[in-house]
Amino acid sequence: MSDKANAQRSTSGAEPNLKVVFVGHVDHGKSTLIGRILHDTDSLSEGKIEHVKKACTAEGMEFEFAFLLDALLEEQKQNVTIDTTEIPFRTTRRRYAIIDAPGHKEFLKNMITGASRADAAILVISADEGVREQSRRHAYLLSMLGIKHIIVVVNKMDLVDYSEKRFREIEQEYRKFLRELGLDARIFIPASAKEGENVARASMKMKWYGAANVLEALDLLEPQRRNVDLPLRFCVQDVYRFDGRRIVAGRIETGTLKVGDQLVFSPANKSSVVAAIERWNVQENGPAVAGDSIGITLSEQIFVERGYVASHENETPIEANRFHADLFWIVREPLRVAHLYNLRLATQDVKCEVVSIERVMDSSTLESKGDGREQLERNEIGRLTIQTRGRLVIDNHDRIPSLGRFVIIDDGQICGGGTIFGGVYSERSSGRGDLVDRAFWRREIDHRTGT
Amino acid sequence: MMTSAQRTHLDDLENQSIFIFREAYHAFKNVCMPWSMGKDSNVLVWLARKAFLGRVPFPVLHIDTTYEFPEMLEFREWATKHHNLNLIVKTNTEARARGIGYETHDPVTVTHELKTVALQQVLTEYKWDALITGIRRDEDPTRAKERYFSPRNAQFEWDYKDQPPEFWGQFVTGVSKGEHVRVQPLLDWTEVDIWRYIQRENIPIPQMYFARSGKRFRSLGCSPITHPIVSTASTIDEIIAELEATKTTERAGRAQDHYERNAMQKLRAKGFL
Repeated sequence: MSDKANAQRSTSGAEPNLKVVFVGHVDHGKSTLIGRILHDTDSLSEGKIEHVKKACTAEGMEFEFAFLLDALLEEQKQNVTIDTTEIPFRTTRRRYAIIDAPGHKEFLKNMITGASRADAAILVISADEGVREQSRRHAYLLSMLGIKHIIVVVNKMDLVDYSEKRFREIEQEYRKFLRELGLDARIFIPASAKEGENVARASMKMKWYGAANVLEALDLLEPQRRNVDLPLRFCVQDVYRFDGRRIVAGRIETGTLKVGDQLVFSPANKSSVVAAIERWNVQENGPAVAGDSIGITLSEQIFVERGYVASHENETPIEANRFHADLFWIVREPLRVAHLYNLRLATQDVKCEVVSIERVMDSSTLESKGDGREQLERNEIGRLTIQTRGRLVIDNHDRIPSLGRFVIIDDGQICGGGTIFGGVYSERSSGRGDLVDRAFWRREIDHRTGT
Repeated sequence: MMTSAQRTHLDDLENQSIFIFREAYHAFKNVCMPWSMGKDSNVLVWLARKAFLGRVPFPVLHIDTTYEFPEMLEFREWATKHHNLNLIVKTNTEARARGIGYETHDPVTVTHELKTVALQQVLTEYKWDALITGIRRDEDPTRAKERYFSPRNAQFEWDYKDQPPEFWGQFVTGVSKGEHVRVQPLLDWTEVDIWRYIQRENIPIPQMYFARSGKRFRSLGCSPITHPIVSTASTIDEIIAELEATKTTERAGRAQDHYERNAMQKLRAKGFL
């Protein structure tokens, strides 16, 4: 059977596709790599290559694989990717969606928008320039966004005569950096997207390498595991009363929920039993699992509204009005201490202020930039303490990611995103106030700063 | 007991769309859903019923250009009753009175006048703050850059070069007077996903999508500028097989997209869906 027929067969099922974000420093060749992959997997629509080649001739430019992506006029003019796009392609194993994230510094918000949807990341580093500012910054953000599958492509190997020595230098330097972030790249691949070396076929010019090419490495990844095995978090979006019934609508972020379960609704800590799971027009109305958008009815009518979080009794989240977080800031106007913002975490929306900025990290060097600052500039990441007006239902990000991350809103705009750490779970959370353990927090800082 | 392994790609898409519907319904006071009666539009109606347990709790809007296929209008009447929809029909009668039409004008002008301007007129009348649309990323390069919640200013313009960030299920929900947000629950769906879902759920769609006399419509718009493709696909399975083998784009049969270079970008920046 030909590769193509094989690809058709194996992708005709309705299995999830894998979303891969492409990141890296500007001009390190992300768009060229994507163009090459689309070309080599035969994923472009009829006449696309000819069309682009003709346009290049008309404008007196040499054809480049990167142009295959640049559908919008402005992109062709500036020769940079201006916004996140999503492009499908297939291999023999599965369907993929490429998320192309721009390398220019001012487009960080687009990179985060794209990367937050990804299952895996390809980080592109140019062999001639090596590790640069955005190679590091993007890795840092991937770690905050919780993306674990990372493939590093050392591109433009043709510019360094396919030198193994150069490749190993970059690999060593970058592995060390990733390790400091708690990230572990699956594989480092020496490649030339322009020449097609080690992208869809093994390179004859780099016989010293001998491991997977880019497509093979992608095919070896497994989709990130669903959060079915974590404690239940059912986040209430709304309460509907379309007919006589009162239906609590929301999404299961983690865990499972079934009829008869005793649920605890935070922050009120009222309990009730699931009388029914409500879905419209389904074959089987079984238990609901992580990712399901459902409605439920309760056997006892307790007060519940948007923002409430339901869990099982022995696995309740933390309630707090003060907590610690790492926060990235993406808008021009800096974050200011004591300024009143809105904080949204899952379906909760509360007023908050930053009490103090413990330190600001330079995301490209991981160096701390001085304590006691009063504001956080665009593209900076700060470790800070946040105070909310009213109780917030939270989890530590490393335990339950979806309840451990939030955005800061100012004037209706999303300005930054944060991850929560250091919160302490009580034996059975019962609505105590500030549950942050200061001793833990101190140790954490000391550990991370190496003091 | 259901495990993660049993969940399909369609389950993921469906649940994400329901989540978006519910977020929009909560965030905006005055929501409307444009409904073209095309396949995506009917999937959108279906997903709304999934989200709101069998009903569509806001009006649906048909922009009637007066160039509709008669079969589509028949379907509109039938489906309105079938889904129990609150249907609003809008025509830009002022432009038609001025003689704007495919007989005399180019398709970009007519599409802008009879669709986008008509939408502006009806939006001003009803003061909707959110429109739920059925656009998908894979349809067109400009749509690939969209957000789930995509703001439009009072002039209807889409600033695609400076779009808001969107991550962790958090969306831009603040609108000023005269502005509205396009909410796009089908953004992640592909054409094949749409067909598989129509098949799985048995969603009613117009029969024009299925081959008759060696031709079928792959995408439906105004009758003078929408052309059928050569096809023998008369069942959903056959359509899916056809799509998996083709390399022609979905909207190739829609003349307004190809009238001039970047036509779709220009139309969309001015407010076209």
